[in-house]
Amino acid sequence: MELGRVVGTVVSTAKTGRLKGFKLLLINLVGPDTKPTGNHVVAVDSVGAGEGEIVIVVRGSSARQVDQLANIPTDTSVVAIVDSIELKGKIVFRKHSR
Amino acid sequence: MRLARVIGKVWATVKDEKLSGLRLAVIEPVDEQDAPLGPRLVAVDTVGSRDGDLVYWVSGAEATFPVEGRQIPSDVSIVGLVDRLDAKGTSRT
Repeated sequence: MELGRVVGTVVSTAKTGRLKGFKLLLINLVGPDTKPTGNHVVAVDSVGAGEGEIVIVVRGSSARQVDQLANIPTDTSVVAIVDSIELKGKIVFRKHSR
Repeated sequence: MRLARVIGKVWATVKDEKLSGLRLAVIEPVDEQDAPLGPRLVAVDTVGSRDGDLVYWVSGAEATFPVEGRQIPSDVSIVGLVDRLDAKGTSRT
């Protein structure tokens, strides 16, 4: 999985039928140090993530293993909201401490 | 499958229910000489890895299989700890 920061929502009226009702998030991918990698993705949100949060992004057919996304045409899903990240024994990110 | 070093952990309380109870590790893919390869990733860990461990991992749809009895929304999963790697005349752990 990859880490990303939610930077916005994608609003779309004309979309394929099975995507109706799902929230789409614009996410800047980041490394475990939460520094941006320069890439972004649009992901289906299944956990209620909000702007500014660090989330875990799953890609490919694995993105459809979330129960409510079983037959949804997505290859990118948000599956978790990160509380904290430890790198080499040091906490490098903690939610709300920023 | 590919090799990686475990370099950290991620905690997430709010997550897909199929991920509940599973540990998440930060891994750095490495080559057989232990040199880092490409970006660091978050992996589902079902083998109890610790910081500094050399592990092997699967990506894509295969990463949904490490848990008995259910498929999980993961595209990077650690599936084993390396005890010893013998390659090019050297051994490493």
